[in-house]
Amino acid sequence: MSLADAVLSTAFAAQAVKIALPYACAAAGGAVTERSGVIDLAIESKLLWGAFAAAVAAHATGSIAAGVVAGMAAGAAVGVLQLVLGVVLAADQVVVGVALNLASYGLTRFLLEVLYQSSANSPQTVGVGSAVWTSPVAWLAVIVIAVVALGLARTPLGLRIRAAGDRPDGVATAGLSVTRIRLWALVIGGAVAGLGGAQLALAAHGFSAEMSGGRGYIALAIVILGGWRPGVAALVCLMFGVIEALQVQLQLAKVGVPDQLTQLLPYAVTLVVLVIAPRRARPPRALGQVP
Amino acid sequence: MSAGRIREEAQIAAVALLVAVAAGSVLIVAAGASPVRVWGALLGGTLGDGYGISQVLFRATPLALTGLAVAVALRVGLFNIGVEGQLVAGMCACAVVGARLPGGTPAGVAVLACGLAAMAAGGALGAVTGALRAYRGAHEVITSIMLNAIVAGVVLWLGDRALFVGGTTRTADVIAAAQLPGLGAAGSSLSWAAPLALGVTAAAAWLLARTRPGFEWRAVGASPGAAATAGIDVRRAMVAAMTASGALAGLAATHYVLGYKHAYEDGLGRGAGFMGIAVALVGRGHPGGVIAGALLLGMLAQGGLEVSDHVPRTLVLVLQGVIVLAVAAAAPLVQRRRGS
Repeated sequence: MSLADAVLSTAFAAQAVKIALPYACAAAGGAVTERSGVIDLAIESKLLWGAFAAAVAAHATGSIAAGVVAGMAAGAAVGVLQLVLGVVLAADQVVVGVALNLASYGLTRFLLEVLYQSSANSPQTVGVGSAVWTSPVAWLAVIVIAVVALGLARTPLGLRIRAAGDRPDGVATAGLSVTRIRLWALVIGGAVAGLGGAQLALAAHGFSAEMSGGRGYIALAIVILGGWRPGVAALVCLMFGVIEALQVQLQLAKVGVPDQLTQLLPYAVTLVVLVIAPRRARPPRALGQVP
Repeated sequence: MSAGRIREEAQIAAVALLVAVAAGSVLIVAAGASPVRVWGALLGGTLGDGYGISQVLFRATPLALTGLAVAVALRVGLFNIGVEGQLVAGMCACAVVGARLPGGTPAGVAVLACGLAAMAAGGALGAVTGALRAYRGAHEVITSIMLNAIVAGVVLWLGDRALFVGGTTRTADVIAAAQLPGLGAAGSSLSWAAPLALGVTAAAAWLLARTRPGFEWRAVGASPGAAATAGIDVRRAMVAAMTASGALAGLAATHYVLGYKHAYEDGLGRGAGFMGIAVALVGRGHPGGVIAGALLLGMLAQGGLEVSDHVPRTLVLVLQGVIVLAVAAAAPLVQRRRGS
């Protein structure tokens, strides 16, 4: 099969979507969090806990649905912790994000050892494997991303979240609690990112240490590329998935480019797009500020 | 620093340590071990004898330099997550230059040449990140993460093609004159890279506190708008500080390549860049604090090996994260109490 045939196949499309969905969830969740005015460097931590909780719940109950719910709850819990530290206690939000990621890498490994006597892997769990079109988790992710994108743009809560990120003083003047609105945003954003993590674990039929593998940071790059709009960010993720899938095909097709360099393709493309993209989008005005 | 500021920082450190010990004790109990014995093993194994102390200093040395790199970038308000890649580039350049120096090169010249090569490679990456931020508005956190991945791939590719000794993932040894002599107790890998790092930190402290660039960087970090009004070239300051930051990250190669492995091999120094972020945050961005943070996190890294009889050694990873979180959360609390 030639490279062109491989790229035009439905298997290629499935692979691209499969790669893109965890990114898309992470980026959509990150966009909601950031639009409320909270810097979201903790996406990595939400993906990691989403994957860990999903694997633990799926292992304990044998149910994929339980894994999904646990993953979303874990992501939301990280969001709440982020709010307590970065908004209520007013600690530097960049520091909080980096520290949460650091602590999460350690704590998930620690819990793996305490629960399963292994610092590398959870036991094998139920999961969805590499299925995409027939996977209920994948369709749930698509629906959740669409709902979040529409909800942020069109609902009263979405308006309040955007206002909390752009004009928190105006929100306070209107008699609303900025902190409470941000709590909603971080719980929703965290749950969506946690769903991304759950997909990672359910696709791999278990959790492995540092499973998020830096996806959270790339998702934040995509949030910025997507102009802080969850729907646009999800589409950028799809493009990213296509590039990663293409990179795999390039390796298989042995076109003469060394593997070490084709693996760089997604990062190099992101970097180039970041540099040349027109800068019409602006970050939320009060990003990182606590009233 | 004023006496009041020092007291404030000491309070922040004390609160953070208490929180870390409390959180750690909960985890130790959860893992079914005795906190007293685990903390005892950690302290005894790191500070109890000459070997332990040497190993703590050995682990703290690169962290001081990567932490300093992050702290310098923080001065202009930039967050250098690219230290990891800048260090890899620095180690590679250091090892290549060190292996190709003529045999009779005097030790001082050899070490200087290797150090400059490491600084140039790391500094160039830092400069790119700074310039993309200053002139194209590309967020430095994102570009530096992309550059980390790109550097890792390019180094593997270059290594495979030209740098690594046939069939391995290791470069040729640097010449004997470029190798820094050992310094620690028997069995420890501590080398003269440690006092070198201390000297570099002192020089950086002087640069930040007493020179014009140091002042300009601080002004830009405090308020880019006000700095620009005062006639400071904000963009140039950002590029300069990021170049210095990358150069410091690269300089950690003196520890890994010249003092420890005497070559670059795949995986060397992995994680030291990210740990540098923690060190800078724990050290509150001040060179003196960076040294303290490097010693504390270096002690935990070494202590992980000592407690593994009782609890999973990943406990120390959790503790490192908890300490950073606690410092971040304690800082506004302590400062708010002073303010009210």
